[in-house]
Amino acid sequence: MFGIDFNKLRFLICDDNAHMRRILRTLLHSFGAREAYEAEDGATALEMYIHYVPDIMILDWSMPIFDGLELTQMIRQPQGNGNPYTPIIMLTGYSDKRRVMMARDAGVTEFLAKPISAKALYQRIVNVVVSPRPFIKTKSYFGPDRRRNTTTAYIGPERRNNGKAEIIQQQALLDKARPAS
Amino acid sequence: MTARERDTTAAKIEVETFPDHQIIRQPNPLRRAVKRVAENPADDPVARAEKALDGLSDEFEGWMRQECERLAAAHAAILKKGLNRTAQDELFRAAHDIKGAAATFGYPMAAAAADSLCRIMEHAPDFATVPNELIAHHVNAIQAIVREHRRFGVASVADELSRKLRGVADEYLTAVNQDRPEHLELILGPSIIPAE
Repeated sequence: MFGIDFNKLRFLICDDNAHMRRILRTLLHSFGAREAYEAEDGATALEMYIHYVPDIMILDWSMPIFDGLELTQMIRQPQGNGNPYTPIIMLTGYSDKRRVMMARDAGVTEFLAKPISAKALYQRIVNVVVSPRPFIKTKSYFGPDRRRNTTTAYIGPERRNNGKAEIIQQQALLDKARPAS
Repeated sequence: MTARERDTTAAKIEVETFPDHQIIRQPNPLRRAVKRVAENPADDPVARAEKALDGLSDEFEGWMRQECERLAAAHAAILKKGLNRTAQDELFRAAHDIKGAAATFGYPMAAAAADSLCRIMEHAPDFATVPNELIAHHVNAIQAIVREHRRFGVASVADELSRKLRGVADEYLTAVNQDRPEHLELILGPSIIPAE
């Protein structure tokens, strides 16, 4: 069977609530993580994201200065600093449909509603590590593919124009953001 | 060469360009963290984390009291100095934090009452017109639920209290959002987030 070596992952936690940061740190360390950086607002998290190039970010939505949604939008800039492909787990007390859609459309990778549980957090991390989704870039969106289901039974309108594709290869942005030393 | 270096040196992004979108695929950059392990039920990371969380539980009561004090202070600031954007944001964040954390700390009924308060603040067309008593009842109820948490039999009272608050809040929100169907849908609709 396969497992996750958390010791090889670098996390960035961003939550303005110190108690919630302590709980997240405790959970991640228990999973085996050693590198878990913390920020208490969106501006600090953005600086740490560029400086530390985390493998996975765990963001609260409601925060001072700028919130988790705005931070996600800043990270999901293909030409920006850092790694715009960084998996983002949005951990939030919001759970209504409108908020989930907003998070999805901002480029959030996984959505996790509070109250937090060890099992739910672990499962979200496994998802982003084991089953990363391709990224989609359109005029108005850059982020993980929002189509999680690959069913062929879909009968709604087709919003993507699947004409002939041109395929190019380029250096992974993680390599640029975090050069091998 | 370390595992991290080995993984990144060969990574290439493949970009499929269509008329109106691109699909970008890259070798899984986190594959270095996937390892083959022998099945060992005794080494369950989730169980380990739950145990560690349990080890923090002695601190939860103190943390919950701090969150309540923050909520009460935010409410008192509004009563004393009047409503402004900063004070409203602070009250909302304090309630929102209790909504998100209280169940983890062992106070699910405080979380339910805080959720009701957050809904009022999110969906009232104008927070300045929300009856003061409605806000005060929520703040007082959250404090009482936390303060009396250890008393025998208080759980059922707390449950009843938070249900009644939610009922009154929903009745108010339904009445003031009659011409805002998008809010009514959110107020009356269920959460779409699975618990796990």
